[in-house]
Amino acid sequence: MIIEQTYQVRGGDFAHAGDASSKVKKLLKQLDVDPRKIKSIVIALYEAEVNIVAHAWEGIIRILIDRDHIRMVLEDKGPGIADIEQAMVEGYSTASREVREMGFGAGMGLSNIKRNTDQMEITSRVGEGTVLTMVNYF
Amino acid sequence: MKISTVIELTEATLVCGGDKTELMVERAFSSDLMSDVLTLDTEGLLLITGLANIQTIRTAEMADIHYILFVRNKKVTPEMAELAGENHMVLLATPFSLFKTSGILYKHGLKPVY
Ligand SMILES: Nc1ncnc2c1ncn2[C@@H]1O[C@H](COP(=O)(O)OP(=O)(O)OP(=O)(O)O)[C@@H](O)[C@H]1O
Ligand SMILES: [Mg+2]
Repeated sequence: MIIEQTYQVRGGDFAHAGDASSKVKKLLKQLDVDPRKIKSIVIALYEAEVNIVAHAWEGIIRILIDRDHIRMVLEDKGPGIADIEQAMVEGYSTASREVREMGFGAGMGLSNIKRNTDQMEITSRVGEGTVLTMVNYF
Repeated sequence: MKISTVIELTEATLVCGGDKTELMVERAFSSDLMSDVLTLDTEGLLLITGLANIQTIRTAEMADIHYILFVRNKKVTPEMAELAGENHMVLLATPFSLFKTSGILYKHGLKPVY
């Protein structure tokens, strides 16, 4: 059984931030994945989805569900991340005032993604965009 | 503590989820910072917050939080209520401040997360 899904994400569109994560959550529930695993997966995915909305211009989320794991690849066009190590530090954030007014921008997202995934990889080109890959085993 | 007791103690109005007021909640977390809420791994939590927007509901959905108490009578939009309804949440609104609301509920035995 392999399921593939693709979702579009628009930068700045807070009204719809989380739509993709919500759909993936429903899908994993239907597939009867352990609720605690679902929670980790969707928390990581939601953090990553909100990061595209908050920090990038547009992005695409590709989900691949295999028998024993899920792979989530988030590719965005955006400013990119110059220093990934610094971005991973809890508390580091370049979030705008608008993002902070939505309740985000504490600089906790990337470390929370790390905590909630089995594998996490970020590659980025400044001025072009960022690719975040996450894998979780069921 | 029963949701109906939370309503009574904080003089809250029930915005949605009226069929669930007899359910029990053990712990609460007060925050306007959704980043922080996403780091919790406590089950059956009441979120007390002054942040009322669609991302408050989305965050609760992702974090498996089913009870939200908005302070200072923050307005719940139809979109927020609809999303909350889809996810079987209880939304409450109290006129009290975050500090007063938290103090009252803590005093009556609702436990903190940390
Ligand atoms: N997709 C992205 N494109 C460009 N920059 C990003 C992206 N994701 C993260 N960043 C950069 O890394 C920083 C840290 O991200 P992180 O998710 O940890 O915190 P945050 O989004 O600022 O706040 P929080 O996640 O707590 O709401 C961001 O402030 C931003 O500078
Ligand atoms: Mg973030």
